[in-house]
Amino acid sequence: MNIFVCLKQVGARDSALRIAVDRKWVEDEDLNFEMNEPDAFALEEGLRLKEKHGGEVVAVSAGPARAASTIREALAKGADRGILIEDDRFAQADALCIARALAAAVGREAHDLVLTGLQSDDFGFGQTGVIMAELLNLPHATIVMQVQAEDGGLRVKRELEAGWFQNVSMPLPALLTIQSGINKVRYATLMGIKRARKKPLVTHTAGELGIDMAASQTVRRLYLPHKTKQTQFITGSGKEAAAALLEKLKFEARAL
Amino acid sequence: MSTIVAPLEASVAAPSGGSFLIDDPSPEQIFTPEDFSEEQRRTGATADRFMSEEVAPVIPDYERKAPGVARGLVEKAAEIGLPAVLVPEQYDGLEMDVTTQMVVNESVGRYASFSTTYGAHAGIGTLPLVFFGTEEQKRKYLPKLVTAELLGAYCLSEPQAGSDALASLTRAELAPDGRHYLLNGQKMWISNGGWADLFTVFAKVDGEKFSAFLVERSWEGVRPGAEEHKMGIHGSSTTALYLDNVKVPVENLLGEVGRGHVIAFNVLNLGRLKLGSSCAGGAKSVIADAARYANQRKAFGRPIADFGAIRQKLADMTAKTFAGESLVYRTSGMIDARLEGFSWDAPGAAKTALKAIEEYAVECSIAKVYLSEILDFAADEAVQIHGGYGFHRDYAVERSYRDSRINRIFEGTNEINRLLITGMLLKRASQERLDLQGAIRNLMFELAGGRVARSSGGPFPVQRDMVGRAKKATLAMAGLAYRKFGARLEEQQEVAAAIADMAIETYAAESAMLRAEKASAAGRGETTGDIVTVLAQAMMCAVGGRAALIAGACAEGGELEQYSKMSAKLTRFTPANLPAARDRIAARVLAAEKYVF
Ligand SMILES: Cc1cc2nc3c(=O)[nH]c(=O)nc-3n(C[C@H](O)[C@H](O)[C@H](O)COP(=O)(O)OP(=O)(O)OC[C@H]3O[C@@H](n4cnc5c(N)ncnc54)[C@H](O)[C@@H]3O)c2cc1C
Repeated sequence: MNIFVCLKQVGARDSALRIAVDRKWVEDEDLNFEMNEPDAFALEEGLRLKEKHGGEVVAVSAGPARAASTIREALAKGADRGILIEDDRFAQADALCIARALAAAVGREAHDLVLTGLQSDDFGFGQTGVIMAELLNLPHATIVMQVQAEDGGLRVKRELEAGWFQNVSMPLPALLTIQSGINKVRYATLMGIKRARKKPLVTHTAGELGIDMAASQTVRRLYLPHKTKQTQFITGSGKEAAAALLEKLKFEARAL
Repeated sequence: MSTIVAPLEASVAAPSGGSFLIDDPSPEQIFTPEDFSEEQRRTGATADRFMSEEVAPVIPDYERKAPGVARGLVEKAAEIGLPAVLVPEQYDGLEMDVTTQMVVNESVGRYASFSTTYGAHAGIGTLPLVFFGTEEQKRKYLPKLVTAELLGAYCLSEPQAGSDALASLTRAELAPDGRHYLLNGQKMWISNGGWADLFTVFAKVDGEKFSAFLVERSWEGVRPGAEEHKMGIHGSSTTALYLDNVKVPVENLLGEVGRGHVIAFNVLNLGRLKLGSSCAGGAKSVIADAARYANQRKAFGRPIADFGAIRQKLADMTAKTFAGESLVYRTSGMIDARLEGFSWDAPGAAKTALKAIEEYAVECSIAKVYLSEILDFAADEAVQIHGGYGFHRDYAVERSYRDSRINRIFEGTNEINRLLITGMLLKRASQERLDLQGAIRNLMFELAGGRVARSSGGPFPVQRDMVGRAKKATLAMAGLAYRKFGARLEEQQEVAAAIADMAIETYAAESAMLRAEKASAAGRGETTGDIVTVLAQAMMCAVGGRAALIAGACAEGGELEQYSKMSAKLTRFTPANLPAARDRIAARVLAAEKYVF
């Protein structure tokens, strides 16, 4: 199976966040960078499928030059080679723009399966994978929890709302967006870190691939949410009130 | 289309060992944690993850030596390569650089008991074989040590022979058949003794020629004693080892007969630097515990983190840890720079590697002493910040406090290491490997002229000048002491230790300053300026005190007058506003609830 895993490099979760002077994004300088969390699970899923069914795992990223280190992390974990589509503008590009770049790189090669994370930790659009599927003309499934190869196709388990799941059979080639937490992500072992030195990492500029960098979506202003306090009284009998409270905690506050 | 290669490591100088006392290096010449390569950072991240996910959850079991827990963890560590860092590829090792090994040690140092198990196995339990083993021995044992199929231990100490290791009474006699040595004796304090499979044992052939042997646990007559009841590092195994007519095949002699001391002492050089980096890891971990607690504990209606007395402690713990970390990686960077292009395939490779490490034996001893004392200081202050709760077993700092103490004792006590620092500096001078005499002569001319040349420039000109003068004070006092006692200086232990202290303080403060200068030249690190301020003033106070001690012990009358004036001049400084600097350092640590520099 030729598996392409798309990876985004995002600001690390424990970074100190400061809104940039132009109020369009956060100060880049303060950030440490890491692999987007759902993408790490997508990579793990890709590596497991390769171990079961053979083939190759290619790590692909569209980003500024620094994103190469995230690709090398994937190589250290076991990906066979990497492709970086490099342009500084990708750091803040919208999902369509990034999907165009990823699709251009993947579309040039024979691909059986394309994996992305469900969404990114920075913008959180949740769109890159599905747009890419459309551009590559591939069937796709989102919020995937389990992947099994069967009779030349796939059987996947998707997460729906409210504790429901859906099992879908689909043909290959296909694109899946992977949910966080579905597997235990492996270590970049010291052996892997060393081996990664010798693995190929190819860089294309966005220009070389003729990527249309036009933005279809722009950030107008970034600001901190206002903290508000609200009080609601729940009326009714103790039992009714408890049920109503549970409902609110589950679906409004999403605390449960 | 282009192919990206890993970024090149910063190009660092490899001056002669001890030359920090006489040279004035520029910041670009030293290696700092900010210069870690992507691979070194990634290795650190892997080791950190291992410590958080595999080790931290089993600490309670580890502390009571639950059967199999330690071995299980070393095996897991082996799956990700942690014991293989310095082992040649030919024997399934990773052949990475010394800095990478330090990064791993720092991370593992967050939990002292495991750190001891790991160090006894992958460090002193494996490296004698790496550097002194025959091809056969290495092929037989190294791949199994790398996978942790075998656990290693190092057996030098005996009940009556600790610091004085050569007073060993363990004997080896060649059996009449000429194919075996018979080993008899008792080893003491053996880390991993309870669970190791392969022991590097030192013994005297015919009661005279100090030598090393590779001894398997399964052999008849090998018997580890019961677990010792220790003050700290409860999770690590420490036992005696009894050797009763153990038949050791001649092939298992390590190195040459009568050359055991070369093995013992060489292995300790790197061991001391590693102990330094694991203490840095330990110090960072107690800083995080203390900062978290200070934010959360309230007294008199405020978090105790608001109090100047608490902020002072956190700032000093942080500043010293910064200095310690800076000097460890500066030293590993110099070793790596010496080993640039090193290959195990080259003839005499082991000798080349050992020589590069031995070159910095002074710096390795400094790392051992300085960092073990910082960790002790930081753990002590962390308990203090916790108040009564710090005295309770439910809080991690209680364990850190007990665990830290051993670092001043093993790998050569700090007394022995202080004496070594001065001794080795003098020896290097007499071997003309380090021109101390020339530097002292020039200094005396300079001082006779009545004016002290100032080093300045860079973002911290005041501190740069202070470091420069502290070095001069060290040289002047070492010169005085040498004139007075000559080769017998080492017997004047208080004076010799005071010289060592001056060297330690200067190396630490200078390493921190150079690192801060380098960071600032790269547009980072304006915040480390406060740390440099705090360290430079502490250094000057310490250096001034030691200079007075040496002057008083070595001179009298007019000469004493002259030297105390000179030392006053050299160690004078305009006081900085320390509480303000410390307040800013503490603010950052408290905001992040961890060591952030
Ligand atoms: C938990 C633990 C683990 C250990 N692990 C190992 C191990 O794995 N392998 C191993 O071989 N050893 C190990 N050791 C032994 C350790 O290295 C020795 O304890 C140490 O070298 C000190 O020796 P000693 O205990 O005999 O003290 P001594 O040598 O008796 O020293 C007592 C005091 O006298 C001072 N002193 C001694 N000589 C001088 C001198 N010439 N000048 C000035 N002061 C001096 C010392 O600094 C110390 O303060 C371990 C010890 C402990 C406690």
